[in-house]
Amino acid sequence: MSSSSTETGAPKTTTKPWTGQDLPRKEDKRLLAGQGQFVDDVWMHRQGYAHFVRSPYGHARVVSVDVGPALEMAGVYTALTGSEVKEMCDPFFQIAPEPGGKIEEFPLAVDKVRYQGDPVALVLAETRELARDAAERVRVEYEPLDVVVDAVAAADPTSPVLHEEIGHNVAWKGEYSYGDIDWALENADHVVKIDRLHFHRFSSTPLETFGAVINWDPGTDMIEIRSNNQMPIFGTMMLSPTLRAGADQMSWYSQDIGGGFGIKIASYPQIGALALLSRKAGRPVKWSETRSEHMLSSGHGSERTFLDLEAAVQADGTILGFRVRAFDDAGAYLHYEPLGAVIWAQVLTSCYRFKHINVDYTETLTNKCPTCPNRGYSRLQHMWMIERLVDTVAKQLDFDPVELRKINYVQPEDYPYETPNKCVYDSGDLPQELDLALEKLGYAEWRQKQAEVNAADNGKRIGIGIGSTLDSGTNNFGQAQIVNPDLPFSGNGEAAIAKLDVYGELAVYLGTTPQGQSHETTTAQVVADILGCDPGAVRVYAGFNKEQSTYVGFSGTYASQFAVTGIGAAIGAAEKLRGEIVALSAFALQCEESDIVLADGVASYRGDEERAIPMIGVANLCYSNVAVLPDELADRVSLNCRYVYRPPFDPPDPETKTGNLTLTYANQIHAAVIEIDEGTGKVEILDYVAMDDCGSRINPAVVEGQVHGATAHGIGAALHESLDYDEDGNLLQATFWDYHPATALDVPRLKTGHVESPSPFSKNGAKGMGEGGGAPLGTLCSAIQDALGKDVLVTDTHNPAERVYELLEGLRNGGGQSGVEVTSR
Amino acid sequence: MAEVEETHSIEFELNGERRATVVPGRELLVHFIRDDLGLKGTHIGCDTGNCGACTVRVDGQLVKSCMMLAAQLDGCAVETIEAGPAEELREAFNAEHAVQCGYCTPGMLASAAFLLERNPNPSSDEIRRALKGNICRCTGYENIVRAIERVANGKATAGGAL
Repeated sequence: MSSSSTETGAPKTTTKPWTGQDLPRKEDKRLLAGQGQFVDDVWMHRQGYAHFVRSPYGHARVVSVDVGPALEMAGVYTALTGSEVKEMCDPFFQIAPEPGGKIEEFPLAVDKVRYQGDPVALVLAETRELARDAAERVRVEYEPLDVVVDAVAAADPTSPVLHEEIGHNVAWKGEYSYGDIDWALENADHVVKIDRLHFHRFSSTPLETFGAVINWDPGTDMIEIRSNNQMPIFGTMMLSPTLRAGADQMSWYSQDIGGGFGIKIASYPQIGALALLSRKAGRPVKWSETRSEHMLSSGHGSERTFLDLEAAVQADGTILGFRVRAFDDAGAYLHYEPLGAVIWAQVLTSCYRFKHINVDYTETLTNKCPTCPNRGYSRLQHMWMIERLVDTVAKQLDFDPVELRKINYVQPEDYPYETPNKCVYDSGDLPQELDLALEKLGYAEWRQKQAEVNAADNGKRIGIGIGSTLDSGTNNFGQAQIVNPDLPFSGNGEAAIAKLDVYGELAVYLGTTPQGQSHETTTAQVVADILGCDPGAVRVYAGFNKEQSTYVGFSGTYASQFAVTGIGAAIGAAEKLRGEIVALSAFALQCEESDIVLADGVASYRGDEERAIPMIGVANLCYSNVAVLPDELADRVSLNCRYVYRPPFDPPDPETKTGNLTLTYANQIHAAVIEIDEGTGKVEILDYVAMDDCGSRINPAVVEGQVHGATAHGIGAALHESLDYDEDGNLLQATFWDYHPATALDVPRLKTGHVESPSPFSKNGAKGMGEGGGAPLGTLCSAIQDALGKDVLVTDTHNPAERVYELLEGLRNGGGQSGVEVTSR
Repeated sequence: MAEVEETHSIEFELNGERRATVVPGRELLVHFIRDDLGLKGTHIGCDTGNCGACTVRVDGQLVKSCMMLAAQLDGCAVETIEAGPAEELREAFNAEHAVQCGYCTPGMLASAAFLLERNPNPSSDEIRRALKGNICRCTGYENIVRAIERVANGKATAGGAL
């Protein structure tokens, strides 16, 4: 491989660009040697170990907290209780307007605990084991209260109230209405009604749990936060007012992060409590969350119940739209919520051309772990409901599920396609992608095999399913105004610095906090193309370092945006740097800037490679030999170039709940064949295809890795992983034994493929894509439904053997209680 | 109410080097490796022996170091990621994009090396069975399986891109 070159004026490459190649990852060298630096690898001098005391109850009044017995133990430094915390800080700022906005949440629970795992005290001790022992000696007297663990029940005014300051459990409520669904339902040839669908609670459970090492320096008043939080500036926004500290006082650092998937946005409450503990102790505090703590209290993915879903369908299969009541279960507090109450609207119609939609959305508080962003946040839920709707329409009205999708998909010629709520889908070719998926699956052959197996009546049933989803990336944060018109948020962006250092070293500093997304590699590829060098010559600083990096309010790694925002910032910064390098080189080589060529790490005169200056020479002119430069050039260059990428967004209209909510729309079409054992209900995946279209791919192998990971999460959630509470508010899966995150045996060998529809809206044609759209959830439900036929309905995202067995029992008992009703004119 | 903690004097081999020390009776091997020996390549993911992030070799056997006490190391030889696993495996993991966040990676390498020592030509199914005790939340296992197949097929070369 040889490096590409770029020239001033119209950039042109003389050889294959680095962008688009399957370059091996730069990050791997340290990670494969066990030399990554994760948060638990960080220690500070004089640090103590912190341990949280957590509620065993789902809902209880805290009568008293006595830390005395803990403090008596030798080696215990201090302890912190909710009532102390209430004096030391202010409640977290709430994103929600009233009623949710009235919630008073402190970093530790004060008078009440509202979910199992709610922290009531912190203990700091010399060793990890001692801190744990001491925490067990903290005496907490609780007065248990009735619990509510269902989102729909929580909306009932007679249900136990979590937050007395609200007086009920409805945190946010709003109606999203587009077109005329009443007219559509009255005039459609068919109305298909589904009583209830339930999207279950699960979490991507990053393998590295939360952790932090924090020092609130008593001398400087600086708060040094070493953590694995994945959106530290959001953390600053939440914590600065709570801790009564300036944003400038809070210094966040991270290097390697062991997976995040959105969940690690939600570590700010714990970080707040630990900062206060450090302030009280006058020493650094170190906290490593246990897996059980993570399962209980870190943050869960969104759970949503859909009631009274009604779809208007024409005789030719055109689905005009739908009406539904959605109840989102936020858990006990609003962490990042109620942003989920609008984020689903980025994909209002999913992959389809529905015109008439009415969603009555209610978010309630329950005695469960607070939810937070989790891979595909809030969109998975909505798109799964739509896939169930489309699939059920096909099954009940005897449409071919492939043709029905194709009729209703947004068509290639429709792009840019404006949805009823004025989101703009950028590009794609869904019908072609579906054809490719089915071809890879061997659809016709499997249909034949299915007919044979299902007719044989030998205790096995085969089902074939399809799932189509979008991965909307690069949010317009103005959508926050749709849930709270008073929030002064809008747009999005990311910052980067490209620098030529003293001896000609190329460095790029990002404001992002990757958790495995290969930012060092992909950034180096893009920058190398701009600066005419080898990616190996570009050192990328991807871990967050508030002093060294540059950032904007939206910085971080979340919501499928790096390929657009982070890379957009890196491109902008590298182009600025290239301009300065070219200007300095033109001065040194006594020629016009347009005559300079950057290639192989050297600036040379076009057509005469001998007339050249290496990067060390360029750097010398700016850093150490500045008196030789004319003033106008010296004033212009710093070789330290910051650029902020800002996508073109306008604030949405909160009144009509319309506007462009996201810049890019990657899409996924999955297809699977499953076999059900009728004796046990066990589902086995026989074949699985995952197609993806994320526009121009910077590093296809990196993209493919994200597709694999997102697919595994979806398969795990559909068949194995669930976070369930009993009627007393006890979490039933508080360890990996009970939760069973997908193993290598649970994920089949995947067949993958792609369509490449460059986005017209991003600098490089790329679309963000890391989250995936949760296509496996729709696909596997569709396949199970296909195996079972039309007399029972798959109503839940989670279908372990016992649930499928129940559906089979329903069939054996004659079906008929499916919860689906079809009315035809 | 400080209690006198029981301690044990142990002698062991760490990555080929003889060592002797005294450890608290309750200390887990993984904490001993990370906190006392200062070797941070062994990770903690679940505390219950499910995830394999803490996998090391003790007397050649695969051990989840959160499931063993440091005191039990007496007379044993422990090998961690810092000993440097097979270069072919690391090259193959890099070439096949088998790493994302890297947190599971040291444990995965240990299990992969253990498998290949006993079965140099494992089938895809045998590879997946051998990785059952190592959870990866990023890769969906696909590229990890491919990396091990790459070594088994003799396509990996020591001293590649790394």
